[in-house]
Amino acid sequence: MPAIQMLGITKRFDPVLANDHVDFSLEPGEIHALLGENGAGKTTLMRILYGLYHADEGEILVDGQLAHITSPKEAITLGIGMVAQHFTLVPSLSVAENVVLGYTRGLGFDPLAAQQNVAEAAARFGIKTDPAALVRHLSVGERQRIEILKALYRNARVLIMDEPTSVLVPQEVNVLFETLERLRAAGLSVIFISHKLNEVMAVCDRITVLRQGRVVGTVDKTETSQAELACMMVGRETFGVVRHGEHPQGQVRLRLDHLNALDNKGLPALKQVSLEVQAGEILCIAGVSGNGQAELARVLAGTLKPAEGRILVEDQDLTGSDPSRFLAAGVGRIPEERHEGTIGELSVAENMVLERLDDFTRNGLLDRNLIRRHGEQLIAEYQIKAQPTDRMRTLSGGNIQKVVLARALSGKPRFLVASQPTRGLDVGATEYVRSKLLEQRDQGVAVLLISEDLDEVLALADRIAVIYEGRIVGVIPTQEASLEQLGLMMSGACPQGAARGGNS
Amino acid sequence: MTRLKIERATAPLWVRPLIPVIAAVITFTLTATLVILAKANPLEAYYHFLIAPLSSRVSAIEVLVKSTPLLLVGAAVTFAFSAGYWNIGAEGQLYAGAVAAAWLGTILGNLPALIAVPVMLLGGFVAGMLWALTPALLKIKLAVDEVVTTLLLNTVILFVVSYLLNGPWRDPVSGWPQSPEIASSAMLPRLLPQARLHLGFVIGLLVIVALWFILSRTSLGLKMRATGLGMEAARFAGVNVNRTILTAALISGGIAGMAGVSEVAGIHFHLIDAISPGYGYTGIIIAMLGGLNPFGVGLAALFIGLLSTGGQTVSRALGVPAYLGDVVQAALLLVTLGAFILQNYRLRWVANEPRSSSPLHAASGNELKPD
Repeated sequence: MPAIQMLGITKRFDPVLANDHVDFSLEPGEIHALLGENGAGKTTLMRILYGLYHADEGEILVDGQLAHITSPKEAITLGIGMVAQHFTLVPSLSVAENVVLGYTRGLGFDPLAAQQNVAEAAARFGIKTDPAALVRHLSVGERQRIEILKALYRNARVLIMDEPTSVLVPQEVNVLFETLERLRAAGLSVIFISHKLNEVMAVCDRITVLRQGRVVGTVDKTETSQAELACMMVGRETFGVVRHGEHPQGQVRLRLDHLNALDNKGLPALKQVSLEVQAGEILCIAGVSGNGQAELARVLAGTLKPAEGRILVEDQDLTGSDPSRFLAAGVGRIPEERHEGTIGELSVAENMVLERLDDFTRNGLLDRNLIRRHGEQLIAEYQIKAQPTDRMRTLSGGNIQKVVLARALSGKPRFLVASQPTRGLDVGATEYVRSKLLEQRDQGVAVLLISEDLDEVLALADRIAVIYEGRIVGVIPTQEASLEQLGLMMSGACPQGAARGGNS
Repeated sequence: MTRLKIERATAPLWVRPLIPVIAAVITFTLTATLVILAKANPLEAYYHFLIAPLSSRVSAIEVLVKSTPLLLVGAAVTFAFSAGYWNIGAEGQLYAGAVAAAWLGTILGNLPALIAVPVMLLGGFVAGMLWALTPALLKIKLAVDEVVTTLLLNTVILFVVSYLLNGPWRDPVSGWPQSPEIASSAMLPRLLPQARLHLGFVIGLLVIVALWFILSRTSLGLKMRATGLGMEAARFAGVNVNRTILTAALISGGIAGMAGVSEVAGIHFHLIDAISPGYGYTGIIIAMLGGLNPFGVGLAALFIGLLSTGGQTVSRALGVPAYLGDVVQAALLLVTLGAFILQNYRLRWVANEPRSSSPLHAASGNELKPD
């Protein structure tokens, strides 16, 4: 009998269907991966299981019994524990105090007895820890083990781990995997949320792949490969926008030269990235999320300074420049996070002029008529459902993205970098954004499109550069690309015949 | 079965003007017990609090006098807060302006008022700016929290003032810890006969208008609002966020410095230890009460000016402790601020269905969208 069964789980966050009739089952004593892109619905599903969200439809069976889980407290009673991405430990308390917190009886508290109990529990599960140590002195990996211990101390038999490796350095990842294997040997079940293929293959028994809120399939580790999983994650569907014509060899608009950059944890995110984008082509950066795409987008927007290497736009060296110089050099940017590009409490018209404020200012005074006319004009041209004076936050996601697009394109960019421009949009808005990108390409703009959606990549790209762990593993023309080959490259294998890290 | 549910929803427009009235009624209900304990009739007390100050020419003018520094510090705080710079140091910047005014006022005696007064104001502005400079630089260069640094500098300048008044500036005639009186040409001209309302009030009003103009009509103002409302997005769009914050912080300090000039050159004519009973902190309350809207801030400053005048009237007329006025004033501020926050919510009865099948629950704001 499965330890957990989730049947037909549906959860809607208007307008997005986060979980669409998801079936999921967990056997006792298995490590089961939930694999999928950001926004595929993994975390939502697990939050439903842990009682943080409530499903609109569907039911949950724990040990074959129908369970109504409406709060984490009930989940814990049913033996379900969760270790979230952001830890919930009190740094100034000891390990033992953190573990027993909220799980003590009566008013009295005996610190020594608590330490004794926690030490016993830790020994039982083979978790190395000092119960008397203060949490603020512990490393991230040690804190995560305390979170696991906390769940086990509450008699969890099912442990949900939400992207547990995203906060860890590689050595700590190995320790975590050893811990998880020890728990499995003790008969516990683990749900391992991840989008990293190699980790899933290293530690899990079965893998359920989610895409856009739906289950793509559940596979045994022994019967699958990283390449197959990559294809399952990014999917393959047909859609309406058609790319036409081969791109002529244009002049090089963007040149990246051995670029290195660090992520916000100070770890290398981009390694020796060299790329060229020509006028009149779309170069796509394909890859599984978290392989350096976000950092590449920020470097090209001017909000992240590269550690090494050079950025050349046409003949200007923009290495280490501010966003305003990128804009002046003719770089249009569409950020990954729409809210990163717009300000909710400002009006639509104000957001639209923010990148080129000098053009709308006379002697330091805003030209309010010009700003309003500019807003009206873009709203008409891009079919945005809004008034110029509306606050940005009142717009829908698709309309916000149209404002971002309108603002970037109204600056007549010569090089455009678009990062996940259609993520979270409905079908109509998606097609609109894609057709606008193609229109720019046809007008001779050099476009760098960062996308985790292979359909989008294959439909729009002239050339595809695959990124894996911060490196460009290869650049291939789209007509020579096959799904299998891209899957292999995205899982880190170097393709034959493709130039490594360079341009054709 | 039904239960009460709180959810986010903006109050209808007609509610907004009623908020101060509702807040006053709630406050007076809450504080009535205290007034009765002080052996006074609550209704009478509240009459003296809110109405009496406006009923005579003398006390009505006094309300404006009390409002003068409040207009300036309210504008100063609003200016910084609008750019997302949490300047808690208006009090210290006010003292810096007051020190500059006390010094300039004694050396400008030979100049005509037409020159001396602008120099005084400019000097106070520069002094406030300089006192605001260090925390602003620490903020933009090293990301040091400005709340802490601006707050701590308030204490520092109190000791500077104390040193000056007990040392080099001690009044040579009386020996009191107060600076020598400033020259008459450096004093801010009176606006009305037989009343101490002075030019500072007009300057306060002008600053409020200038605040509105800068925030809504200039490129700097848009950059400030963009920075304050979405710093990352502003930076992404090419706004020089650091320069914008620095500008806002310095102008804010400058305006607060002018409040110090206004008190020294308009009311006291020399520097004393207690030149400000915490105007700088009241400025924060005024900025929040006014919702960072320049005209709202102007009204809030006048309202606080009325309350502090009323507090004195109450204790004089009814013989209750003057502190009672402070209590009522503080309670009113808390209730008003609370009312402004609560207007963003509403209560309603909902059927107590099983949660998992309730569409209401699914649509509530308690759940975050997936990342």
